Amino acid sequence: MDTNRRNFLKVAGISTLAGLGGTTIVNRLIAGVDEAHAAAAAGAEMEQKAAETIRYGLVIDIKKFQQDPSLGEKAVNACHQIHNVPKFPEKRDEIKWIWMTHFENAFAESPNLYQDEANQTHLLPILCNHCDNPPCVRVCPTKATYRYEDGIVGMDYHRCIGCRFCMAACPYGSRSFNWRDPRPFIENINRDYPARTRGVVEKCNFCVERVQAGLQPACVEAVGDSKALVFGNLKDPNSEIRQILKEKQTIQRNPSLGTIPSVFYIV
Amino acid sequence: MYDSGKIIAGLLIFVLFVTIPVWYNRGSAGAVPDLELPKDAKTCVLPAAEIRAEHMKLLNVWRDEVLRDGERGTFEVDGKQYQKSLMLTCMKCHTSKVRFCDRCHDYTSVNPYCWNCHLAPVE
Amino acid sequence: MFEKALKGNKYYWMWLAFLGFFIAVGVVSYLRQYYVGLTLTGMTRDVSWGLYIAQFTFLVGVAAGGVMLVLPYYIHNFKAFGRITILGEFLAIASLLMCMMFIMVDLGQPLRALNVILHPTPHSMLFWDMCVLWGYLILNALCGWVILTAERKQVAPPKWIYFFVYLSIPFAFSIHTVTAMLYCGLPGRHFWLSAIVAPRFLASAFAAGPALIVVMALILKRVANFDAGKEAIDKMVTIITYAAITNVFFLSLEFFVGYYSDIPGHQHSLQYLFFGLEHHGHVYNNLVPFMWGFVILFLVGISLITHPYTRRKSDLWLGIGCASIFTAFWLDKGIGFVLAGFLPTPIHEIVEYYPNINEIFVTLGVWATGFFILTVLYKIALGVEHEIEA
Repeated sequence: MDTNRRNFLKVAGISTLAGLGGTTIVNRLIAGVDEAHAAAAAGAEMEQKAAETIRYGLVIDIKKFQQDPSLGEKAVNACHQIHNVPKFPEKRDEIKWIWMTHFENAFAESPNLYQDEANQTHLLPILCNHCDNPPCVRVCPTKATYRYEDGIVGMDYHRCIGCRFCMAACPYGSRSFNWRDPRPFIENINRDYPARTRGVVEKCNFCVERVQAGLQPACVEAVGDSKALVFGNLKDPNSEIRQILKEKQTIQRNPSLGTIPSVFYIV
Repeated sequence: MYDSGKIIAGLLIFVLFVTIPVWYNRGSAGAVPDLELPKDAKTCVLPAAEIRAEHMKLLNVWRDEVLRDGERGTFEVDGKQYQKSLMLTCMKCHTSKVRFCDRCHDYTSVNPYCWNCHLAPVE
Repeated sequence: MFEKALKGNKYYWMWLAFLGFFIAVGVVSYLRQYYVGLTLTGMTRDVSWGLYIAQFTFLVGVAAGGVMLVLPYYIHNFKAFGRITILGEFLAIASLLMCMMFIMVDLGQPLRALNVILHPTPHSMLFWDMCVLWGYLILNALCGWVILTAERKQVAPPKWIYFFVYLSIPFAFSIHTVTAMLYCGLPGRHFWLSAIVAPRFLASAFAAGPALIVVMALILKRVANFDAGKEAIDKMVTIITYAAITNVFFLSLEFFVGYYSDIPGHQHSLQYLFFGLEHHGHVYNNLVPFMWGFVILFLVGISLITHPYTRRKSDLWLGIGCASIFTAFWLDKGIGFVLAGFLPTPIHEIVEYYPNINEIFVTLGVWATGFFILTVLYKIALGVEHEIEA
């Protein structure tokens, strides 16, 4: 039993380490447990560093979605396809991670009596804002939703009890609940990503599984070189996203609530 | 003892009732399940005895590290890289849930909820 | 003492059987929901809490209302409440059990409910609500049982129990305050985001809880030969009167803030509840009849329980008055408050909520279970009273 546990811990420790340190270090450390301890400490340090140096954000160029309405469809489909988001026949069961809506809905708190025509007729995408100060994380009674060090607000579907407190708390309406088993309603199943079970809340995860592996989010990839969506590190002053934010005026959804969203809109 | 007839009969019924699982399943203790092992992989991430005993805990550790702590890197065993993933690691070698996972789980009468969300390979 | 609940006349058993029928219907309906999912309710992505959480919120109030008997009796030594304090404590137990059942039936993954304890999260108000609800339940069960046992043996209750009796008083206030904090701390939900939610909840609780106790006491007088005493009833009616008026006063303050400031976000839910909310040419008003029912029943109730004739001379009118107040505040909190808070949705759409029949059956089942427990507990309490008198 004792050796079992030690070996088990070894694999657990090594896999932790591998996640952070890369494989070359693993080769050298695979033999010893002492080194694994040292590595764990290094891991914590790395994480601390991530908090200081990374915060992922997204800039959405509304004009580009107006010029080419097919971009919206591409982004939504790519996201929902890759994450096994079901499509229900009835609206009341609806689940959505990213979707197209009108300007007056996305920015309901800043109404305009004489809105420009383009914004009246065209749609723009909305999704989870990945707030710096997320109300959903504050209210969750089980820490089933939480903020990664890199700013992404994630969901642990294994832990969610389905109380839907986060849905009441989210001021952007970004969260959906699995009112019924979603599996029969997933059109093209993606076997590299899990589905969800009934009774848990889900939402956009900023493609954390792709981003943390060095890829771009699916929606960003889907709109291609149009630059309608630009994803990047807000804490890196030289990143593309920061250059755009420096050059163009952007707005955010309901910023007065103090949630500090990570999604920006170029009007 | 007063009413000994009733008491003894009552006790007998009680004993029979609480031992339902034993006599209901009598003689049906099936043979140890025959698991279909991967043909092209010889090693697992842990020695067989350990993975048999500890796989559920290991999966929980992986889950927490990947999903909650964002530690998504690979790890190496015997010169081979593995991801910390049920769908992308375990099920890539053990390509049949029915002839591997289920056989043992059915035998031991456990019903893990992994497959409520995670997708087994097509069979 | 449980044996007292096993002896009763024909009507006692018929009443329990009647409740048992609804419990059975509720259990079957819940099993359907358990196996199919919460799609069998009227809740949606936009109105994500419905009848269950609304009942929970209201019943927390009923549970807290019991303190309006405990406090005068133990703090102010108001002797007339001596006989009926136990009714308040037992009502709190039954209400709290209903609250917990409503939470459980509302969960998407009820088997994981223990995660709230396994992963305690102090920044979540739901965690604290669980703590105070369990605390208040245990305190009431402990105090009620110990004091009733002492009464049966005709000895003074042990001294140590008074510590828990006094502790139960702040707990009663805390359960409803923390329940209000579930709502009033959420950014972007204007109707709930109001500091007066907690005081309003308490005021409504201190009317609805005692109102139910008065109705119970009047029924017990007829069917169980138990007289709470004129003085006790009269005092409770005074408490109900002030608390009920305070609740409506607080609500009128919400109206002032919304309509005088003329800020749309502060008006929408009130407009939706009482007059109907116009949106893209369609008026959404499915809760309007309920809210005017609340206003009318409040006016009827408050007249009946304040007019000297109906208040003191006629048990029937007094009972109707208290039942009206109870029902009015149920409409206000057990229907309106929770549902209206979701409208308009964060992206300014209006999605109305209509409960599903399965959901209504589950709700009835939980209420029936609560009244079943209450009946049994009252039967025990009265059995002890009668034993002492005999």
